[in-house]
Amino acid sequence: MTWYIIRRFLQMIPVFFGATFLVYFLVFSLPGDPIQALFGDRPVNEAVAAQLREQYNLDEPFLVQYFLYLKNLVTFNLGNDFSGRPVAEVLVQIFPVTIRLAILALIFEAVFGIIFGVVAGLRKGKLFDGTVLVASLIVIAIPIFVLGFVMQFVVGVKLGWAKPTVGGDAGWLDLILPAIVLGLVSFAYVLRLTRTSIIENMHADYVRTATAKGLSRQRVVVVHILRNSMIPVVTFLGADLGALMGGAIVTEGIFNVPGVGQRLYQSVLRGEGPTIVSIVSVLVMVYILANLLVDVLYAWLDPRIRYA
Amino acid sequence: MRFARTSKLIGLAAAAVLALSACGGGGGTEGGEGNAAAVITANSTEPQNPLIPTNTNEVGGGRVVDLLFEGLISYDAEGKPVNEMAESIETEDSQNYTIKLKADQTFTNGEPVTANSFVDAWNYGAAAENAQLGQYFFESIAGYDEVSAEGSTKNEMSGLKVVDDLTFTAELAQPESDWPLRLGYTAFSPLPEVAFEDMEAFGNNPVGNGPYMLADEGAWQHDIQIALTPNPDYQGTRTPKNGGITFKFYSGFEAAYQDLLANNLDLLDTIPPSSLANFKTDLGEGRWLEKAYAGNQTITIPQYLDEWTGEAGELRRKAISMAINRDEITEVIFSGGRQPATEFTAPVLDGYDESIPGSEVLEYNPEEAKKLWAQADEIDPWGDRTFTIASNADGGHKEWIEAVVNGLKNDLGIDAQFEPYATFAEVRTKITAKDMTGAFRTGWQADYPSLYNFLGPLFGTGAGSNDGEYSSEAFDKKLNEGLNAETPEEGNAIFNEAQEILLQDLPAIPLWYQVRQVGWSENVENVDTAWNGVPIYHNITGK
Repeated sequence: MTWYIIRRFLQMIPVFFGATFLVYFLVFSLPGDPIQALFGDRPVNEAVAAQLREQYNLDEPFLVQYFLYLKNLVTFNLGNDFSGRPVAEVLVQIFPVTIRLAILALIFEAVFGIIFGVVAGLRKGKLFDGTVLVASLIVIAIPIFVLGFVMQFVVGVKLGWAKPTVGGDAGWLDLILPAIVLGLVSFAYVLRLTRTSIIENMHADYVRTATAKGLSRQRVVVVHILRNSMIPVVTFLGADLGALMGGAIVTEGIFNVPGVGQRLYQSVLRGEGPTIVSIVSVLVMVYILANLLVDVLYAWLDPRIRYA
Repeated sequence: MRFARTSKLIGLAAAAVLALSACGGGGGTEGGEGNAAAVITANSTEPQNPLIPTNTNEVGGGRVVDLLFEGLISYDAEGKPVNEMAESIETEDSQNYTIKLKADQTFTNGEPVTANSFVDAWNYGAAAENAQLGQYFFESIAGYDEVSAEGSTKNEMSGLKVVDDLTFTAELAQPESDWPLRLGYTAFSPLPEVAFEDMEAFGNNPVGNGPYMLADEGAWQHDIQIALTPNPDYQGTRTPKNGGITFKFYSGFEAAYQDLLANNLDLLDTIPPSSLANFKTDLGEGRWLEKAYAGNQTITIPQYLDEWTGEAGELRRKAISMAINRDEITEVIFSGGRQPATEFTAPVLDGYDESIPGSEVLEYNPEEAKKLWAQADEIDPWGDRTFTIASNADGGHKEWIEAVVNGLKNDLGIDAQFEPYATFAEVRTKITAKDMTGAFRTGWQADYPSLYNFLGPLFGTGAGSNDGEYSSEAFDKKLNEGLNAETPEEGNAIFNEAQEILLQDLPAIPLWYQVRQVGWSENVENVDTAWNGVPIYHNITGK
């Protein structure tokens, strides 16, 4: 197991270089000159533009730019964004916010998704099951920005239970409403996944055996059915953590959360290569680590799985 | 003010948005004394550059710098210049100016404001080695060419001379009668000595001489907000009537609008397009206003394209202009929130004339348009070419461009298309490279309240923002005459004569003037906007 984890960590190195290279290339290929855009539609003084290009290495060919970026990276220098702020400082500010948001969303979708899914699965075909199925279908069908605006207006403006936007320090409490919106669609998926899984496992041989042995209903459900039903759900949740962090652009925009999504969006618009690459690289790392965690959890949930 | 990129964004928001007949005010508040201790929260965006006056060219930083610094003059709500740091600005030939400063003015760190504070700051802004985005503001001053040249190590303009602590002289490269009018723009602000020690650090914690100052070290919380408190030693005309302004940064106007509805934000300076139709009922009487400001929207047809040269080109440009139904588009697409243009500047400016001879070319007249187009076809057949209008697709421009294009198809019977670009940077790069293959969207927000600002930089031969490469000797001559006029009134009359030439040549087709909608919370009053559409922050009071 230890060796397996070490190997997985080593695999991260080529993935990291591949991802940064690809992203850097994509940013480099963006049409339009970011320095030009800095001036807007006002006159561009070539002397000033040349100076700025040199400052951000934009006058170099692609490979040179990329290697300069890597060279700086080795010394933990991520460069500056166009407003002269160190990118490292930006990362330190935005990632905690989005991590808080993603964790809250993950907790929400996991806890409620599994509870509702288990109850619906155990009562297959009953009224509760039907209601939950229809409701989750509606949630999946509605685009997230509609859900976001409606929740913001109803909960934030009309009822006044929460501030309509987050802004500022973006503490845990401030992020509850956006986290619910962010996790809502995944919540519906977790619910449906859990329900199906439970229904499948209810008819498995080992469940019949366990019941035949005279185990209590509660023990059968919790230890035998639930644990085995969790494998697909855990896979989904693990992969979802990365998706939540990278996919929070819409939610962060609606609720004005100063996190990764918003910053990434702004940086893409401004063509800030180093900032985009740095943010995406960290996201890639998060994604890989989350997947690793999922694989380790497998072994724990299903002892038949052994990593060598 | 001339805030390029973001003003485009706002322009688009405004473009996609504006409601109401552009001219009228809405329900401006005329409250009483109000609560002078209240801290007002207002929407803004993260400044894109350190807060250095000469390096700030977008709204997010511009509105903060404008409150932190006080220049020689400021503009009142109507755009009239008022002396601030300047005791007097005198000239006899519109080329050599003597500027005397008021005594005993200080920066908030106690340093006195002297002639050197201005001269050093302007030299810093103009010198190529400092790469300031607002560099071109100093282009009129003698010696600018030397310090601004690529690779130049000279950093003092020969035209600026310090006479004594409170006096300096400025020599321009050529006479310009409206030069003093420009001095209220933030790029001309003075800087304290401490700034030159470490400009980047200064930009994060600027020390100014304006009506407000940073609440404390680190009052600028990046991507979150920036907090300003009144400067207790301020002696100018823009005395704060509130306990401070906190600019909260929003990535879009929608989120800010929700905050405004919940009284979680006191002032929103742009109503988002999605709420233009209903913001008046959402907010209720006395919580919004709608007012025209010094900005316009135009379509530029580049002069470097063969099919637009000569007599045929001129006839075609007129035909296109007359085939655009400005009244209908402003009514239907902008819910009346734009004012159809009748010339090239803006109605809030001194000297504006709505009936310049030749302006009938900006009126909708499909029969005449068809006739002109047919005449052009006799000279040079259009064939099956397509007329395109290029613009970035975000920002709400798509709707009106498609309306214009459809009108052209119907009235002229030609093939016309919207040519969308993904980002502003992309279309801007092509425009600057003179690489456009058709017409493109342009617009202008005034830097300073003057007709010339809408004409010289845009249509003067070789001017910085002359994207269409227009060049007319007669027009240049008129501009020069106007600049050399003895009084601003005389100058304005000449500038309007210059506009007659533009109406004849139509290097750009004026469409409409911009209108600004502002909303505020239940907690504040005395909200108004100035000539440039910017809220007058220092006058807002709490309830």
